[in-house]
Amino acid sequence: MTDVWNTPERVALRQTVRDFTVREIVPYLDQWEDDGEVPRSLHKAAAAAGLLGISTPESLGGQGGDAIDNMIVQEEMLYTGASSGLLSALFTHGIAIPHILHSGDRYLIDRYAKPALAGEKIGSLAVTEPDAGSDVSAIRTRAVRDGDEYVVNGAKTFITSSTRADFVTTVVRTGDEAHHGISLIVVDTDSPGFTVVRRLRKMGWLCSDTGELAYVDVRVPARNMIGGEGSGFGQVATQFGGERLGLAVHAYGVAQRALDLTIEHVRNRIAFGKPLIAKQVVRHKLVEMTRAVDVSRTYAHTIAERIVNGEQGLFAEAAMAKNQCVEACEFVVNEAVQLHGGMGYMRDSEVERHYRDARILGIGGGATEVMNDLIAKALFG
Amino acid sequence: MNIVVCVKQVPDTWAEKRLSDSDKTVDREGVEGVMNELDEYAVEEALRIKEAGGDGTVTVLTMGPDKAVETIRKALSMGADQAVHVVDDALHGSDALATSNALAKALGTIEYDLVILGVESTDARMSVIPAMLAERTGAAQLTFARKVEVSGTTVKIERQTDTGYDVVEASTPAIVSVVEKINEPRYPSFKGIMAAKKKPLTTLTIADAGVDGGSVGLAGSGTEVAEFAARPPKQAGQIVKDEGDGGAKLAEFLASQKLV
Ligand SMILES: Cc1cc2nc3c(=O)[nH]c(=O)nc-3n(C[C@H](O)[C@H](O)[C@H](O)COP(=O)(O)OP(=O)(O)OC[C@H]3O[C@@H](n4cnc5c(N)ncnc54)[C@H](O)[C@@H]3O)c2cc1C
Repeated sequence: MTDVWNTPERVALRQTVRDFTVREIVPYLDQWEDDGEVPRSLHKAAAAAGLLGISTPESLGGQGGDAIDNMIVQEEMLYTGASSGLLSALFTHGIAIPHILHSGDRYLIDRYAKPALAGEKIGSLAVTEPDAGSDVSAIRTRAVRDGDEYVVNGAKTFITSSTRADFVTTVVRTGDEAHHGISLIVVDTDSPGFTVVRRLRKMGWLCSDTGELAYVDVRVPARNMIGGEGSGFGQVATQFGGERLGLAVHAYGVAQRALDLTIEHVRNRIAFGKPLIAKQVVRHKLVEMTRAVDVSRTYAHTIAERIVNGEQGLFAEAAMAKNQCVEACEFVVNEAVQLHGGMGYMRDSEVERHYRDARILGIGGGATEVMNDLIAKALFG
Repeated sequence: MNIVVCVKQVPDTWAEKRLSDSDKTVDREGVEGVMNELDEYAVEEALRIKEAGGDGTVTVLTMGPDKAVETIRKALSMGADQAVHVVDDALHGSDALATSNALAKALGTIEYDLVILGVESTDARMSVIPAMLAERTGAAQLTFARKVEVSGTTVKIERQTDTGYDVVEASTPAIVSVVEKINEPRYPSFKGIMAAKKKPLTTLTIADAGVDGGSVGLAGSGTEVAEFAARPPKQAGQIVKDEGDGGAKLAEFLASQKLV
């Protein structure tokens, strides 16, 4: 059986990703964590190396690969020392533009999606509001049609990359029906009335800026609406599948990295006269960590393979992948810190960052419980 | 402008390198092969010259075992148009003289205005192939370039020296070797990697290239590795105890090592 994950082309792609990560990310990551954001030049460099939009068709400004190639880029970056926060900052377009790409709207594609894939524009996706997170149907930010424009009023919070963003794909209410009253509209961040109220301070994902946004009588051209009025909830629900699978990759990728670092550490760390890895308790722990990572990755990989084979609507599977990988990741990063001892609690050790970064994975992109609800609905009606 | 870039697959820079006991050549089987790092700069420079000129082809030329095709693929993924791979068991053990002979013959099968190489390979570090190729082909020799400018049939380089640089100019055909200061090599992109699969790759035996079997390989080489030894283990360092004369003792030590 040929291994689709390691064809000669994909081995070469992995090498490009590794070289890029080692040269363009790892040396600067600490600085970016302190800065609270990644620089625009990183987006440009990643675009120049062909790493943005790997699975987007070339006609839409992408690289023409598939879901497997996409997963390879993300996992290989993490294996090589990037972080979940870094990926969330660099690949925010992965949640900000899929609706635009899917709509086929040439104007929006040329104005927002292509520049984002070229590393020239930064986009965010704003769903969450102070009073509506898991329950997307409860959002209140409102867009009211006025001639050729919509007038948007409301607030969004916890929005990734929004303090740097050039545009924000914003979930708005255009009608009163819970689900069918929801629409998606692209807001330029230099529009009068749009403000970043605050840059939020977080537990982890420090190099990924997160903002709170206010919309006060923001006038947005009507052609910036993605799809028709009322189609927003469906679009968001559809594209969430990709985001969840993406977060599953973060989870097993980070777990693999934390595991690798831990194995190296316990080989070198002498306690009671022998390397820690000589202890049976430690060895068994490493085995459990390895099993957690490998089983999780294998499941996530099969979903990418099914997508590449043309299967659609794997929402429950993507949700299961997310929960499985997140659970594995939380277990692994926790044990990684434990086996690093006091060093694992220090900012200077990489596992400390992964431990903090991992905590968001079971909350963002749909909390674990919300995933379980979705899976239950798919399984039991 | 048609450009040939000579690239070499070398053992990974960070890997432990060995010589084989039987014939005292570099063991290339046991370690991962990578493109000689300086050759990445050569490929990049060739691509930039082609892109600036807007026409011509960039051909990758490599001599090496079957495995060296990985390195060819990388150069094609970066954007080179086609490749020529000289591969023949008879080439095994060729020294710089024999290698330059085979490469010069292979160059004879390609149309070119410019040949670009890295200044040295990280395995042998002889740094003589560019000069030898110039001698053998009769092309102008422009080595240690930290900048290359092409206009029409004139090639002007800044030749890196210990103290600064010289400006050297020649007409095509010319052989240019580049130092790493010259550019920032691009990453092979996904599109580039996929496109590389479809690019023409010509494989030449020494007979195809018109190379006389007696002039290459261990037998055809002008030099011979008589013996070799592993690097001796690191000696323990010398500790200078400062009893008021620490500075003088340090200076003494540095002088004894001919470091000052
Ligand atoms: C660092 C970070 C980055 C983010 N980036 C973005 C972004 O770019 N764009 C964006 O729109 N949002 C973003 N978010 C918001 C994120 O998607 C929400 O925080 C998440 O969906 C949870 O919503 P909530 O915070 O309102 O929690 P709530 O909806 O208030 O839920 C709180 C908790 O209650 C439990 N719960 C919720 N629903 C159920 C249920 N049905 N059954 C059982 N238990 C339940 C869960 O444990 C959940 O964690 C980000 C958040 C963080 C922390």
